[in-house]
Amino acid sequence: MFVLVVGAGRVGSSVATTALRAGHTVSVIDEDPLSHERLDVELGKGWEEAGGRFTIGTALEMDALVEAGIEQAQVFIASTNGDNTNLVVSQIAQRRFEVPRVIARVLDPRRAAWYREQGLQTICPTQIAIDQLERAALAESG
Amino acid sequence: MAGLYVIIAGAGKVGWNLARELLEKGHEVTVLEQDRRRYLTVEQELEHAVQYGDATELWVLERAGIQRADLVVAVTGDDEDNLLICQVAKEKYLCERIIARVNNPRNLEHFKLLGIQPAVSATDLILRLIEHEVPRYGLVHLLDLPEERLEIIELVVSDEAPAAGSPIAEISLPEGALIISVLRDGSGFVPTADTVVEAGDEVLVVLDPGLEEDITAQFVGDSADGRG
Repeated sequence: MFVLVVGAGRVGSSVATTALRAGHTVSVIDEDPLSHERLDVELGKGWEEAGGRFTIGTALEMDALVEAGIEQAQVFIASTNGDNTNLVVSQIAQRRFEVPRVIARVLDPRRAAWYREQGLQTICPTQIAIDQLERAALAESG
Repeated sequence: MAGLYVIIAGAGKVGWNLARELLEKGHEVTVLEQDRRRYLTVEQELEHAVQYGDATELWVLERAGIQRADLVVAVTGDDEDNLLICQVAKEKYLCERIIARVNNPRNLEHFKLLGIQPAVSATDLILRLIEHEVPRYGLVHLLDLPEERLEIIELVVSDEAPAAGSPIAEISLPEGALIISVLRDGSGFVPTADTVVEAGDEVLVVLDPGLEEDITAQFVGDSADGRG
């Protein structure tokens, strides 16, 4: 599969690395060249050398998205550190470029839930933490 | 338009002054500002008409009473924020009227894609003013009504234009276009079929989008770029 990851922080770079190791075509966009180094370190060798693609740019730059291969992407992951950026760019991927599978990381649980109802796949790390904490706390108190 | 309830996201220069104007006209206004210091400054004047909070968060919008808002205006300095504020206002809270500010004109296409209209870009407005003052392309967009699929444009009739010297009835305009006014020597009038169009006249044409080039060909001739 062709996987496009926008935002290579801890989450994005980890998913990108795993996907590349699993033999997928992986393209990453990040505005910070430093995130390229993170990919190298996580992979244990040069990102491009291992077949990965990297484009410097911000999520809303059409040129960067096209250069990174959004028109060929089968999976689009929006994992920048901003909910608003992720929500906007993933809707662009969905509606304009018609990427078959679009996933957005959204920290705000309520908006993650609402956009999910609107047909956008959202992953909410905050909700996952809340669920796990509640489970752990209530299990302890028995 | 009396007694609207307007929520304004962003208490920058635009938001603050807009709030001031609307309050003076007797409307009810709540401004939302996420920067604590800016909020405190604005609060000294607007008092309870400004609230502290991030307008992209649903609870902040709800606290401001978005369910009963007649109009939501998103004028923060961040285009993603403005887009999403208007999107939830329209689609989640079913607010009938929204207005979004576009800071970077390159983002205008994203607002259009997600159905956020009208989206107002200062750069665009100034560009239009410049073109209106200096109509070097021969054609000025005065009004676009994308929902209604109508535009009004202004053209200056050039010497070599096919229409120059012809009565209105003989000018071959495409279907979907109508000359609504002629401005000559500083005054405007509504033309009749017999009105002869002269070089130097400014004509206002209402048209379906996409007909600009055909119309430009009639009034400006081939030399013009034809784009406003």
